Amino acid sequence: METITSIKPLLAVLVSLCVVPLLMSSRSPNVREAWTFVAASAKFLIVASMLPVVFNGFEIVYTVAEVIPGVAIKFRVDALGMLFALVSSSLWIVTSVYSIGYMRGLKEHSQTRYFCFFALALSATIGVAFSANLLTLYLFYEMLSFATYPLVTHHQDEEARSSGRKYLLYIVGTSIGFVLPAMLISYNLSGTLEFSRQGFLAGTGSRGLTGVLLVLIVFGFAKAAIMPFHSWLPAAMVAPTPVSALLHAVAVVKVGVFSVVRVLTGVFGINLLISFDFGPFIIFVASATILVGSFIALSQDNLKRLLAFSTIAQLSYIVLGVGLLSPQGMTGGMVHIAMHAFGKITLFFCAGAIFVATGKRNISEMIGIGRRMPVTMTAFFIASLSITGLPPCGGFISKWYLVLGSLQAHQMPVLFVLLVSSLLNAAYFMPIVYKAFFCTPQEAMFEKGVKEAPAFCVVPLVITALISMVLLFYPQPFFGLADMMVKSITGG
Amino acid sequence: MSQHYPALLVIVPLLSAFLISAAGWLNKRLCFPIAVAALSVACFSSVLLLFQVLDEKVVLYKLGGWSPPWGIAYSVDYLNGLVLVVVSVVALLNLIATQRNVEQEFSEKIGAFYTLYILFVTGLLGIVVTGDAFNLYVLLEIASLTGYGLIAMGENRAPLATLNYLYMGTIGASFYLLGIGYLYIVTGSLNMADISAILPSLYHSKTVLAAFVICIVGVWLKMAFFPLHAWLPNAYTYAPSAVSSLIAPLMTKVIIYVMIRLMLTVFTPKYIFSTLNVSDSIVWIAVIAIVMGAILALGQRNLKKMLAYIIVAEVGYMVGGAWLGNRAGMTGAILHIANDALMTLCVFLVVGNIVYKVKGYAFEDLKGLFRKMPFTMGAFVVGAMSIIGVPPTCGFFSKWYLISGAIQAGHYGFMVALLFSSLVNVILFFRVIEISYYEPFENHHGQESHPGKIAEAPLTMLVPLLIVAAGLVVVGVYTGDIVNHIIEFAIPKGIV
Repeated sequence: METITSIKPLLAVLVSLCVVPLLMSSRSPNVREAWTFVAASAKFLIVASMLPVVFNGFEIVYTVAEVIPGVAIKFRVDALGMLFALVSSSLWIVTSVYSIGYMRGLKEHSQTRYFCFFALALSATIGVAFSANLLTLYLFYEMLSFATYPLVTHHQDEEARSSGRKYLLYIVGTSIGFVLPAMLISYNLSGTLEFSRQGFLAGTGSRGLTGVLLVLIVFGFAKAAIMPFHSWLPAAMVAPTPVSALLHAVAVVKVGVFSVVRVLTGVFGINLLISFDFGPFIIFVASATILVGSFIALSQDNLKRLLAFSTIAQLSYIVLGVGLLSPQGMTGGMVHIAMHAFGKITLFFCAGAIFVATGKRNISEMIGIGRRMPVTMTAFFIASLSITGLPPCGGFISKWYLVLGSLQAHQMPVLFVLLVSSLLNAAYFMPIVYKAFFCTPQEAMFEKGVKEAPAFCVVPLVITALISMVLLFYPQPFFGLADMMVKSITGG
Repeated sequence: MSQHYPALLVIVPLLSAFLISAAGWLNKRLCFPIAVAALSVACFSSVLLLFQVLDEKVVLYKLGGWSPPWGIAYSVDYLNGLVLVVVSVVALLNLIATQRNVEQEFSEKIGAFYTLYILFVTGLLGIVVTGDAFNLYVLLEIASLTGYGLIAMGENRAPLATLNYLYMGTIGASFYLLGIGYLYIVTGSLNMADISAILPSLYHSKTVLAAFVICIVGVWLKMAFFPLHAWLPNAYTYAPSAVSSLIAPLMTKVIIYVMIRLMLTVFTPKYIFSTLNVSDSIVWIAVIAIVMGAILALGQRNLKKMLAYIIVAEVGYMVGGAWLGNRAGMTGAILHIANDALMTLCVFLVVGNIVYKVKGYAFEDLKGLFRKMPFTMGAFVVGAMSIIGVPPTCGFFSKWYLISGAIQAGHYGFMVALLFSSLVNVILFFRVIEISYYEPFENHHGQESHPGKIAEAPLTMLVPLLIVAAGLVVVGVYTGDIVNHIIEFAIPKGIV
């Protein structure tokens, strides 16, 4: 594959970093939010401007500095990184609109700090997406961990403090305890950390050692919330809802999954995983997470916690898809990064809009809310269809490919997992929607009359819900990128 | 002029010390500018000297024109060229940053303070620059005695802590002297290069072995290598803040340099790694040092003492890395001398700023500091990241080399100890961050803006601190250059 050297990937990372001083020195909230939009739009445009180049079969590289012999802080834009960067940078714009509605609606404190760390977190996310080697990826992964800490603990109360502890314990504990040694051992085995299409660990270590590295990596990127390292995510739901929406449905958790996928394909390599027969291990871990996560979601009354457990289960779809080690399965997994992002962010937006408009967090208090907030709840319905994997929504495509992939890989138990999981998804989402719209007047907990959240909250969730639907009929550019990536790593 | 840098480095501060002492009688306001001028000259010379080393590999300076082994020679190569820059830069930055602390804490004794300060730095620079084993002892005593004086200027229990330090430090220095004496008996020389040329025929001599053991134990005492660390935490905690932030980054690191110099130049790698069979055991002691330093730090309820115990663990990092016996470990140890000096300076300057504003450094005094001193605490977070070992701060890269060395040597105990210490550091620092970020608890819900009063330290304290904090990242990003152009040549080719 041909490469082009360009500073654009670095700019895409830096643009939100550079805006932080401007945010801090802004005198009025309007100026501050204007800068957020400038940064978000600039970031999206820079990312989008690289899309045609990637589609034409080029990779964009940029080296910042060689820090360790043979390992530099270096960016490389390929199809998979592009897919993830597009999803997160486009959704940052939408989330910024939503943040204004939410934070001002609730009169939150320290909004400047909030917007600053949000910008930092997005820098780190794009950095992970465009990393050319494991060290760069680790650098931005850690940066994201620490940049999101003040966002998760925004309320600065006892609850935020204990959740923040859990958050750091799981995420930083695993990255230092597992990923760092795995990275160093890999470096000493192969002398490089550069992601390659065949994987740089191919032919360097015994099956036992490679297996240990695999376990360290799969569980070490705890942002992917693979069980048993998942419980930071429900705890992190104390954060303001826009944080949960963008970070804990898109950026942070997807960075985890993205890192796992990147390492499986670029460090180990598909051929190595096939020859050592590690597929079943990955499938088992992911399937267990999917089923257990969905079952726990069934019993949740707090809407955001339910969404958190649903996210835990859905993230493992992506890992499962790659673990199938079949082309269609991998395509399904990678496309799910985008499909799940648009669906889940809509659901979180809805949960936040309900909280802003009514102050309710629990599902048992939302009976009849569909009549009061019809637009929000319709969007909620559409997004839950997408997550369940039903037409007319984008989630159908990824699930379809996962099914095809498991057939291709002759993994029949996976079909069963997918089926049960879809049923469970329907079982925890549909009652919410049903109770929201169809309830007797005695049951309804709200007075008559439509009263939606502020427009800043409602417009973004309508947009993301519509995109979720459009993605079924027009899944580009995400599908094309996933397809390209899979072709390049399988050599097909 | 240019051939005199090694001498200027020591002579200018030495003479300035007397000048400051005299100025203290006349006008106290003259002391600080003279000190700054003296250390600027030292700083300038050390940087130019490093460039000279990059060109010429070794710069040899014969004091008074007497040739070694009879005369005293200053010999600067890649190893001490780097350490000289670190020492002089840290000393200068700290001098400027702590001017206000000094005025606040002992306005009456400014002349005495700066005299001791400059003499202490002179001692350290001399230890690093000299190529003569006995001369090193003399300068070590200069640094130590002035160090005791500086620490004793603190309040409360400082005199007692100093006395403790003085006993232990004197024993350490005497051990070193005794060891050098043994070497002199068998080799008849005090010049390091000369000793190492004579030693190979004496590798199996019991006297050399005794000299080695006594020297190393003495040096360990001076650097507070566990279990010989007991003097350090109290001495560093009760010292005045301007002194803590000078001694904590420099003293232990310079002694580590002395150990590495003894290993590489005096006793030579062949002797210590091949003839003696002790490196594995020493790395295990380092493992214990790291683990115990981390655990003891967990038990502290005040910031300065916690940082002091972290230094005990960090000493374990460097001793362990140096004794792994491979290139990666040695690179890590040398790199960590520079990095640890910078990051320790960063966090101790933060303590200085906090003491200046809040008059305390116990955990309870830290409440609400993120609101009150956002820039100081920002620098603290950067320093904390570096000590934890988060890229791209420099602490990550030295840890990288150290762990890499552990893996190559197959010493997984050391690797686990380093990772354990990183994880404990996360807990240690986030406990501090939690207190200063959450407490005192307030109800924030529905309050759009906080009037929150910012009461930062003055700019003369803040600017040097922010420079150091930014330096942690810059040095981290340029690690590749530092290793490829300097440290690579500081380690003998024999070590692979």
